[in-house]
Amino acid sequence: MVVLVSLICGIVFGVGVTVSGMTNPAQVLAFFDVFGSWDPTLGYVMAGALSVTVLGYAGARRRNKSILGGTFPSHPTSLKDVKLFLGAALFGVGWGLVGFCPGPVLASLGRGSAEVLIFSGSMVTGMLVWRLLATFLPKRS
Amino acid sequence: MEIVSNPSWGFLGGLFIGLSAVGLLLVNGKVAGVSGILGGSLLSSSGDLSWRIAFVVGLPLGGLLAIQFNSIPNAFAVTANPALLTAAGLLVGLGTQMGGGCTSGHGVCGISRGSIRSLVATATFMFFSGATVFVFRHVLEKT
Repeated sequence: MVVLVSLICGIVFGVGVTVSGMTNPAQVLAFFDVFGSWDPTLGYVMAGALSVTVLGYAGARRRNKSILGGTFPSHPTSLKDVKLFLGAALFGVGWGLVGFCPGPVLASLGRGSAEVLIFSGSMVTGMLVWRLLATFLPKRS
Repeated sequence: MEIVSNPSWGFLGGLFIGLSAVGLLLVNGKVAGVSGILGGSLLSSSGDLSWRIAFVVGLPLGGLLAIQFNSIPNAFAVTANPALLTAAGLLVGLGTQMGGGCTSGHGVCGISRGSIRSLVATATFMFFSGATVFVFRHVLEKT
């Protein structure tokens, strides 16, 4: 049942990013092109998503645990974290180079686009590189 | 490249993304961060692979479903430069794992639970994305 809910959430997410226009890298890059042909659409996507999640998350967390999946996850809070800043910066550069971030590119896999396949392949490679590197780094919480 | 500004479709799509994130947290107790869900399925021994794979498989299914409707705008324009695609993919993969999230995990889920770390991460990747676009479009060349 947990797996089925995950599948449905994945489908709804895939519909959402596609409907929003964010699977079109040109539209994403236009949001960041503040000094060129600026397009506000990505801002509306964030506003739409946050308007649901801010209320929904607050509601969900009034419960002690989730309906099927046990307790809610806990998260780190420290801002003294070089990895957070460096990782976000590297991700930002990659996002700005092409206009794909992980959700939209995976939602585009069914388009039969070679560009989507190349990007996805190297994205997974980049993830594997970090997960291998991380096993050599000292653990710190 | 012609961009059609689509605030209404954008907002509507955002509502779906939000619905997915709330559903995943409320029912399964999981954060709908795409890079976290995908990354956690790689080289993982934690035994929670099945829900991760189900979510990741759902993404392209949802994408395919949405493009069946002719009324939904369906423009798609991306660079064909394989070196650029490869470099950007590597940076996005590496950066999201190192920084613990992407647009969905930090930008949507993290911010909506009031996480300062996610707010800082989102501001950082938004800034660097904007800076990259600025350098490529207005400093290096006009394309």
